[in-house]
Amino acid sequence: MVHSKTGTLAVVAALLIPASAMAQDQRVLKYNADYDPIPLAAMEALIADFEAANPDIDVQLNNFDHEGYKTAIRNFLSADSPDLANWYAGNRMAPFVKAGQFMDVSDVWEANGLSESLASAKASMTIDGKQWGVPYTYYQWGIYYNRDAYKAAGVELPGPEGVNWDQFIQNCEKFKAAGIDCLTTGSKALWPVAGIFDYLSLRTNGYEWHMDLTAGKVEWTDPKVRDVFAQFARLQPYVTANHAAIDWQDAAALMVQGKAANYVMGNFAVGVFREGGMTNDTLGFMVFPEITPGIPRAEDAPTDTIHIPTGAQNVEDAKKFLAFVASPEAQTKWNAAVGQLPTNKNSTVPQDDPFLVAGFEMLSTAHALAQFFDRDAPAEMAKAGMEGFQQFLVQPDQLDNILARLEQVRQQVYK
Amino acid sequence: MTSMSRVLNKPVGRALFSLLSIGLLVWIAHWFLGPAVARSVATGGVSVALLVYGLSGLSAAMRRIGNQPGHALYPAVSAINRYWKANQRRLAPWLFLAPGCLMFAVYVIIPIFQSIWISFYDWDGLGEAQWIGTANYAEMASDPNMVTSFRNNILWLVLYMLALPAGLLIAIFLNQTIRGIRLYKSLFFFPFVISQVVVGLIFSWFYAPGFGLLYKVIEGITGQGIAILADPDLVTYGIIAAGLWPQIAYVMILYLTGLNNVAPDQVEAARLDGAKGWRMLWYVILPQLRPATFIAVVVTVIGALRSFDLVSIMTSGGPFGSSRVLSYYMYEQALSEYGYRMGYGAAIAVVLFAIMMVFISGFIWKMWRDETER
Repeated sequence: MVHSKTGTLAVVAALLIPASAMAQDQRVLKYNADYDPIPLAAMEALIADFEAANPDIDVQLNNFDHEGYKTAIRNFLSADSPDLANWYAGNRMAPFVKAGQFMDVSDVWEANGLSESLASAKASMTIDGKQWGVPYTYYQWGIYYNRDAYKAAGVELPGPEGVNWDQFIQNCEKFKAAGIDCLTTGSKALWPVAGIFDYLSLRTNGYEWHMDLTAGKVEWTDPKVRDVFAQFARLQPYVTANHAAIDWQDAAALMVQGKAANYVMGNFAVGVFREGGMTNDTLGFMVFPEITPGIPRAEDAPTDTIHIPTGAQNVEDAKKFLAFVASPEAQTKWNAAVGQLPTNKNSTVPQDDPFLVAGFEMLSTAHALAQFFDRDAPAEMAKAGMEGFQQFLVQPDQLDNILARLEQVRQQVYK
Repeated sequence: MTSMSRVLNKPVGRALFSLLSIGLLVWIAHWFLGPAVARSVATGGVSVALLVYGLSGLSAAMRRIGNQPGHALYPAVSAINRYWKANQRRLAPWLFLAPGCLMFAVYVIIPIFQSIWISFYDWDGLGEAQWIGTANYAEMASDPNMVTSFRNNILWLVLYMLALPAGLLIAIFLNQTIRGIRLYKSLFFFPFVISQVVVGLIFSWFYAPGFGLLYKVIEGITGQGIAILADPDLVTYGIIAAGLWPQIAYVMILYLTGLNNVAPDQVEAARLDGAKGWRMLWYVILPQLRPATFIAVVVTVIGALRSFDLVSIMTSGGPFGSSRVLSYYMYEQALSEYGYRMGYGAAIAVVLFAIMMVFISGFIWKMWRDETER
């Protein structure tokens, strides 16, 4: 019997340890996210601040692999819902809003005056007149370039105003002669080519038209679409030839090595350029050149967001956390650590990073902000569109077929 | 007796021991995998324990009652016992098969019918599903991506068959007794052992523009490298070549075991009759290899039709969808980052299933015929 007594003790001990860990007085706030290492560290720092200010709340961050998260979210929202979940603004959140899986958080916006402080991102967070989440960061897109490649090809460096479109194409001619890719991209994952198309479309026909196109109101066989592709065709011969076989990081390597001069990319790529050895002296940034004169300048600025799923257990504290993440202090801290731009206009940007300063300036003076092709257009249209852009870069003579195909998809998607 | 078995021999000791192990498992799960996992481990552990104790208790009770003719339940229990004695030989195989059948039904048979059911709906996987009849199938008929995927699937099927002659050739080449032949055999078998994901990565690097070996070789010969995975006309051939590498090794091992069973006296007799070379292979060796050939054809056909991992790893179906196959297109439509069309994805799965069924029922029919003829 001695043995069974020690056994009983061991059982009791084993059962008590997890029980005691669970039985604290803190309220648990479960947060599912998809951060890469640097943003993850920044978010953990923010959570520490939040917990210090609210000692009765325990935020449990459950971090997923970035790509895996995009499919995992569909399972956990219905099967095992957290109290907070990362996602994206614009049409990208529409399926979840329409299925009733994201909670209306207009009251958080109301109570914290976010309509005013997050004004630039409000439109992209609004569906049916309500707000469905809170944005915490965005980043600019534009042309990053290698100054050494410009020197090697004997091309004059762009000034602070950038270059005009005709000049850009003429420069491409010189780069080609010097054996340097004028514009590089890696379209294996498709989305990098959408950035090029977005800018050609925004600069050729303007923001309002581009939004109509992604909202399915413009036919893909429309002459104005052909105008955009006419500009695309001027650029096409100067884009890295094997872009369809490489990832965006491989293309970044081409630019770091000086084998390519320009890259239409988002600001998150600066980290990769710097890791490859580029410095503020060799890496340049310019706004995408104007194409049709007089069109108000609009930019791509994809916004990342946090939402409360409808199945959340702890809505009260989740709303408290959203208000905290929306605050200027939190956004200043997170974005400074990650190297992106805060969406709260009362936040500040570190002045020693020329790319952040330029991006902040560029976005705050822009006429309007687009999210990005795959966030503005519904998923199926986005996928077909990006395949079309990639095909055009490889087979420009197939334009008629590409546009007919996209029009067929448009009629199916926007029924 | 050791102290451990003394504990386990008493019912109380057993109960405490299982509680202890469940507690330990829950505790480990809690610290390493979090409270949610710990909860499921606790529920699972307790239910398994209850099931085992319940069953053993029931059988002990039945045995006890079976020895007490005066007991109220004695007639029922002895009837069951008699039935069991009479039909044990007939029932036992089914009882042993039951867990497998249950799993097969839950994870294979029922999902097949669910997929067919979903294929008649327009459903984004999140909201309400809407009945649309055969509209998904009608759409397929005019979907150019479907045509591409289908054509690629046929290419896969046809070219994958090259694994048979290639595997046979290597098997015959390796079927000799020299020093270290085991080492050579295992080296040839190696590609089948490594994961498809690794095969895909190796070949992606082999083809990679700029630094890939094949790219460099072509560049060296013609002055202009070819990025196979970026070329819409070559990409599928490039992926199939990668798939053939492990498949040839698989077929080779099947033929090597087959060659072990070739009757030496027949070879001897054929040689006396003056047969050699091709005629020997065609008329004497190959007929004896028929069982190996049959299995090789089966695994190659199925391998070709379920080609998914290599497409996913090497190109994600690109460039612009030129290397899609049906299984990958189904994944893209229903489950991938931009796929919210469960109904259409399910319809593609049903078509793929129908194609597979043609081959699978052919194979089963042939096996059935061979077994019953004997």
